[in-house]
Amino acid sequence: MKPVRKVEGRAIPFGQKNVDTDVIISAEWLKTVSRDGLGEGAFESIRAQEGNVFDDPEYAGASILIAGDNFGCGSSREHAAWALDDMGIKAIIAPSFSDIFSSNAFKNGLLAIALPQDAIDRLMEVAKTDPITIDMESMSVTTPFQDRFTFEMDPFRQQCLMDGLDEIDLTMAKSDAIEAHENRIDSAQVWHKPVAA
Amino acid sequence: MSFRRLNYPLTTDAMEQNKPKTLYEKIWDAHVVDQRDDGTALIYIDRHLVHEVTSPQAFEGLRKAGRNVRRPDLTLAVPDHNLPTTPRIDADGNKIPIADPQSAAQLEALEANAPAFGIKYIGASDKEQGIVHVIGPEQGFTLPGTTLVCGDSHTAAHGALGALAFGIGTSEVEHVLATQTLQLSRSKSMEIRVEGLLGPGISPKDLILHIIGVIGTAGGTGHVIEYRGEVFEQMSIEGRLTVSNMSIEGGARAGLIAPDEKTFAYLKGRPMAPKGADWDAAVAYWKTLPTDEGAIFDKSVTIQAADVAPTVTWGTSPEDVVPVTGHVPAPDSFADASKQDAARKSLDYMGLTSGQAMSDVAVENIFIGSCTNSRIEDLRAAAQVLDGRKIADGVKWAIVVPGSGLVKAQAEAEGLDKIFTASGFEWREPGCSACLGMNPDKVPPGERCASTSNRNFVGRQGPGARTHLMSPAMAAAAAVTGKLTDVRELMDVN
Repeated sequence: MKPVRKVEGRAIPFGQKNVDTDVIISAEWLKTVSRDGLGEGAFESIRAQEGNVFDDPEYAGASILIAGDNFGCGSSREHAAWALDDMGIKAIIAPSFSDIFSSNAFKNGLLAIALPQDAIDRLMEVAKTDPITIDMESMSVTTPFQDRFTFEMDPFRQQCLMDGLDEIDLTMAKSDAIEAHENRIDSAQVWHKPVAA
Repeated sequence: MSFRRLNYPLTTDAMEQNKPKTLYEKIWDAHVVDQRDDGTALIYIDRHLVHEVTSPQAFEGLRKAGRNVRRPDLTLAVPDHNLPTTPRIDADGNKIPIADPQSAAQLEALEANAPAFGIKYIGASDKEQGIVHVIGPEQGFTLPGTTLVCGDSHTAAHGALGALAFGIGTSEVEHVLATQTLQLSRSKSMEIRVEGLLGPGISPKDLILHIIGVIGTAGGTGHVIEYRGEVFEQMSIEGRLTVSNMSIEGGARAGLIAPDEKTFAYLKGRPMAPKGADWDAAVAYWKTLPTDEGAIFDKSVTIQAADVAPTVTWGTSPEDVVPVTGHVPAPDSFADASKQDAARKSLDYMGLTSGQAMSDVAVENIFIGSCTNSRIEDLRAAAQVLDGRKIADGVKWAIVVPGSGLVKAQAEAEGLDKIFTASGFEWREPGCSACLGMNPDKVPPGERCASTSNRNFVGRQGPGARTHLMSPAMAAAAAVTGKLTDVRELMDVN
């Protein structure tokens, strides 16, 4: 995973609430065996509408997406995070995220930043004309107009993102503890393993 | 064993030990491999179900990093999402090729990856094949008190057996394959207490749709739900699976129901469940799992069972529910401006008008199936309504898709397939089918479907498809009349 310390750029003022995973990337696009190329299918049903914010030249090359409450609800498809990444989005700012989506975003170095609705309202305004900056060190979102909103993130996730750590490597360093757990279960709960058919 | 009375103050650890715990806390505590200071923990995963859509990139990741699957014996793979539900073997016993090259490639990837990594694989033409969330419990792979994951959000279903089960993304699938653990933060706990019992003709699907209507699609975000109350104690395992399955539609990754005698009776003798003395030891352990008296939930919601009617959705979010006896709501009736806006868009997409009676809404397509409602009891409930009746003239497409080959065989042994086909339904092979538009079973644009699946999102059943979620009996009733119908009118409910 690439380290993410700062994201700076134009933001798409999308703002919609309860954006489900099927809207982010529909099932037809899930037949791939790769993580790449999904940006083309992102927000397909919305992009079919004339005057949609995603195809507005004003926001071409935007690296941030601003959305409403409960972003990414529904399916566990990581394709939603891959599609956003493939369309060049590095961070999503919303009042709240579904649990699975925020985890999927994190695993791909995509920032899912939760801020209160009034901050979102302000950023939606700023996004129309100016860039936004997200700083992971100070955990803040700032604008050229002296706005400054701080966000929270668990320290482990913050560190992983800033250092680009591979979570599997981190866990494999704990293989003794995993083996100890397996030994404990094997002796205390003999019934535990699936019976081989 | 004897107990010594303690006459000195308890230490913090001992107090922690004696504190009444919820079912969720008990399962969590039993699976902590490593606890971090920041509250997150490395949690051991006992069971991992794998299907073709969310796994190819995970296996590819393992290959690139030169890693193995740590515990192939705790992993089970089966194709379901992409598989066409038309016959898979021709008259000569040869495999019928899959027309869509992308689907075929994804299915071939799983068929190759599973044996390459030593994972048990149930293939498309095996009699045990089916939807992951149907075969897990059916095979006895899912057990109470275990942690179970799958790259699919409806993994919540397995909570019906008292397993801590939740959906994960593909990076997490790879993490579990490599390490048999996940790095997790403890969720908050949420009790959904249902008081009283369901009325005649009201099913578990009506109950869970009603619950989602009350809590909303984000009501359970950050929480693990436990469903409590007599209605769940009396409910069959199939019914409990329907309820737990849709926990994710209420925002909760997992939805548990305490294991009890019904759970044990359901699991006993299943192929992968423990046998003999191991079975007795397992049951003794499982009996210690239910939430202790006095345990505290972070959030509690009480639902009156008497308030639950046969329920259908009107919009494009599972929280958009209304009794079938009700009317399409007016967007202005919602308090929040953004919900008003969302409701307007939903009505436009759904082609409905405020104030329209739900029972006047005509449907052209009927889908009975999905991991929510494709088990034997679901098929029995639908067949009971269809017995001796025909689908209405306006219904162009009606399919029944059993959740697994074993469900299909059981239904055929009971003669249910004959009832379905006599009424005009197609009797299909097991799979996810028209629940999501990624195999040939799709609802045409602009057409309506009475569906027993779990999501009514825009385009979920195919681009432009209009989905109304409901129970199997209600979908059968809609098939007979050609419009959304209160199934109680077709049943002798007294």
